[in-house]
Amino acid sequence: MSDSHVAVAEPAHRELRHHFVDMEQQANTASLGMWLFLVTEIMFFGGMFCAYLIYRLKYFNDFAAASQSIDVRWGALNTAVLLVSSFTMAMAVRCAQLGKQKLLVVFLLFTMLFGATFLGVKAKEYYDKYEEHHIPGLNFNFDGKLLGHPDYPVNQRHTEMFFSIYFAMTGMHALHMIIGLGLMAYLIIASIQGKFDTRYYTPVENIGLYWHFVDVVWIYLFPLLYLISRK
Amino acid sequence: MATAVVPQQRTNYLNAEHGVKSWLLTTDHKRIAILYMFVVTFFFFIGGIYALLIRLELLTPAGDLVQADTYNRLFSGHGIVMVFFFLIPVVPAILGNFLVPIMIGAKDLAFPRINLLSWYLYVIAGGLMLHVILTGGVDTGWTFYTPYSTAFASPKVVEAGMAAFINGFSSIFTGLNFIVTVHRMRAPGMTWSRLPLFIWANYATSLIMVLGTPVIAITLVLLVLERVFRLGIFDPKLGGDPLLFQHLFWFYSHPAVYIMILPSMGVISELIACFSRKRIFGFQFVALSSVAIAVLGFLVWAHHMFVAGMSVYAALIFSFLTFFIGVPSAIKVFNWTATMYKGSVTYETPMLYAFGFIGLFTIGGLTGLFLATLGVDIHVTDTYFVVAHFHYVMVGGVVMAYLGGLHFWWPKITGRMYPEGMGKLAALIGFIGFNLTFFPQFILGYVGMPRRYYQYPPEFQMLNVLSTAGATILGVGYLFPMVYMLWSLRYGEIAPDNPWNAAGLEWKTTSPPPTFNFHEDPIVDFEAYNYDELKDIPDER
Amino acid sequence: MSEQEHHIVPVWLYLLIGSTLLFFTWVTYAVSKIDLGAFNTVVALCIASFKATLVVLIFMHVKYTSEKLTKAVIISALFFLGLLLTLSLADFGTRNWL
Repeated sequence: MSDSHVAVAEPAHRELRHHFVDMEQQANTASLGMWLFLVTEIMFFGGMFCAYLIYRLKYFNDFAAASQSIDVRWGALNTAVLLVSSFTMAMAVRCAQLGKQKLLVVFLLFTMLFGATFLGVKAKEYYDKYEEHHIPGLNFNFDGKLLGHPDYPVNQRHTEMFFSIYFAMTGMHALHMIIGLGLMAYLIIASIQGKFDTRYYTPVENIGLYWHFVDVVWIYLFPLLYLISRK
Repeated sequence: MATAVVPQQRTNYLNAEHGVKSWLLTTDHKRIAILYMFVVTFFFFIGGIYALLIRLELLTPAGDLVQADTYNRLFSGHGIVMVFFFLIPVVPAILGNFLVPIMIGAKDLAFPRINLLSWYLYVIAGGLMLHVILTGGVDTGWTFYTPYSTAFASPKVVEAGMAAFINGFSSIFTGLNFIVTVHRMRAPGMTWSRLPLFIWANYATSLIMVLGTPVIAITLVLLVLERVFRLGIFDPKLGGDPLLFQHLFWFYSHPAVYIMILPSMGVISELIACFSRKRIFGFQFVALSSVAIAVLGFLVWAHHMFVAGMSVYAALIFSFLTFFIGVPSAIKVFNWTATMYKGSVTYETPMLYAFGFIGLFTIGGLTGLFLATLGVDIHVTDTYFVVAHFHYVMVGGVVMAYLGGLHFWWPKITGRMYPEGMGKLAALIGFIGFNLTFFPQFILGYVGMPRRYYQYPPEFQMLNVLSTAGATILGVGYLFPMVYMLWSLRYGEIAPDNPWNAAGLEWKTTSPPPTFNFHEDPIVDFEAYNYDELKDIPDER
Repeated sequence: MSEQEHHIVPVWLYLLIGSTLLFFTWVTYAVSKIDLGAFNTVVALCIASFKATLVVLIFMHVKYTSEKLTKAVIISALFFLGLLLTLSLADFGTRNWL
């Protein structure tokens, strides 16, 4: 007889939807829904991780050479930026739980700021690749060398494969960040309008889950793409 | 609960609101189910027209009706439309959407607006696909194998890929909705062990939808990126492996066939229980076998790739795993049969379809074992043997179950009875037509006729003619119910709340139900399939 | 029953986790400069998994939920992802065995 609900005796919250018995059921439902959505995102990115895994094993040295040509400093900076944005997002959810409306908006703004910074850095990185002719299908030409093995004949096609995967994965991740920024904007507007209170902050919580997930994807992308071999 | 004299004038979900906007902006799961019924039936027609053209071409050994390229577009269109736009959504989005909340005693699905979004995504995807069809179609097969689809086929591949991608999200959101609904919205007293098997089946199906569909989504994205931006992930010219595409594609597309069959099996459980007037034998086994099929379904995908150039060791592993999946399916068939033993069996139309299902699904499933066996598969892969196998399970299985369920729940959905005599006749016509269409194809495949070919050696003509004749009869078997069911909407007998004296919460509410499903919030204090308790309640007619 | 409604994570814990995450990002980078052979990848992925676990448990409140379903959902997703990766590898990894 686990989670069937009998109505809690209190006036219905203005955000209670008709098919739910009480706010608790509604919140738990929304939360489960977001977690399941994140499952679909895990499998979605998972397909690309599979492609990456197969080709990295097959063409390790060429992948290493290609990986060494992307600037690890930007990657590390971006990793730090996203981690801090996760912190501010978690703080935002905390503020929502405590009903601290103004601070909630502040933390959401910071999260958005850090997210935008991430995208700015990414844009710079993409531009660098464009200048170096490392964009597949666009006059691709790789003339880098493998660290420690200057005589290794780096295979153009295989390094192009690395960059195909690099752009597909970071591009898809960036798209999710952009969507995240949009969701942040919605949250900020809704917060200012006073939509959330201690009994209802579900969108803040669930969009927070989404944001953290996008962070987790990057936590894996950083070592896999930037740190194949740096020695 | 005093109501008007004529039952039809009671307020129910159909007449609660009027106007196009009230339908197109509805969040009522029952209306959304009807909306799906329209569009899914439309695409069934489109897929059927493709089938008709294919079978017409195959009447004669020579390729004389259409050119080879056109024929490729015909079977590709048939596959894409039937798989993505008919088979995947037909039972979950129509019967599932309608029944899941009612069967568990809820007022609606967990996320009604997302449910509507699912429908719109389907419609957008369908519109895109229609555009593809009308502007030439694709000739890659519904499987979109690379490098043909990425480097050589027509640019329509991008559009078709996008249509399948959008449709995938329709599916994902439906599955997500169902899982959350079953976890969070059950009425008081509705424990997991009291859930009807149709719910268990749709729950298991939803697990597959949520876990598998995203993988084909990303695969199609990569396909489109490769095509448009020349990214080259599957391109051998860049050292890419076309088999990677196949692995990613089949990781979804194999479990997809269980998305198709599991809800159908759920329907059959409901039908067998009702028309044997008995609780399903081995209820827990049948319930858990649905989950087992969902999980095992993810372990076997590369049995579609035995001759593709895969490692033989991997082929061994996948062949071995594929044998296991027959077990939970067989458990269901045995339990259904045991349910009928010493049951009080009657032969209304839905039960006829259920019988058809059991026979045809069993044949289809057994022939799957032939295909799982590596040595045999080398011989029959990519022949009509495979075509017959999957049509037995998908048409003999899914379509039969859908039609059985549609007839069974028609009174609940529409408030009308379909004409029983015609129902029985249609079921019989369909059964005969089906077997005449597809049984010869087993033989054709075995003697070597390849699939996806528009011409064949003259000695195969007899069997092909039989198959085409069968297809015509099968077509009648499908058109006929459409006609009399439409007829029943106006002239059919008014249905009582429980015309079958069946067990289940859906039969405790009115036919059709009110917008919020129940006039009083249900409390469940009975087990599923409590037919022993229902014995003495007279028919409300 | 109830999700993360009632448990408020203290600020100091968030700060601690945040700092830990940043620290281990630096560690990942530093270790990558040392030659550990094939072990480099293992270490990098272990650290990444550790960081991900911290984010999931603390930032996403999974540690504080009484809802076992959430954990079941996460583990199932990882299991099926694992299936995709390992069974595909069963093919690609054994192609050259004959």
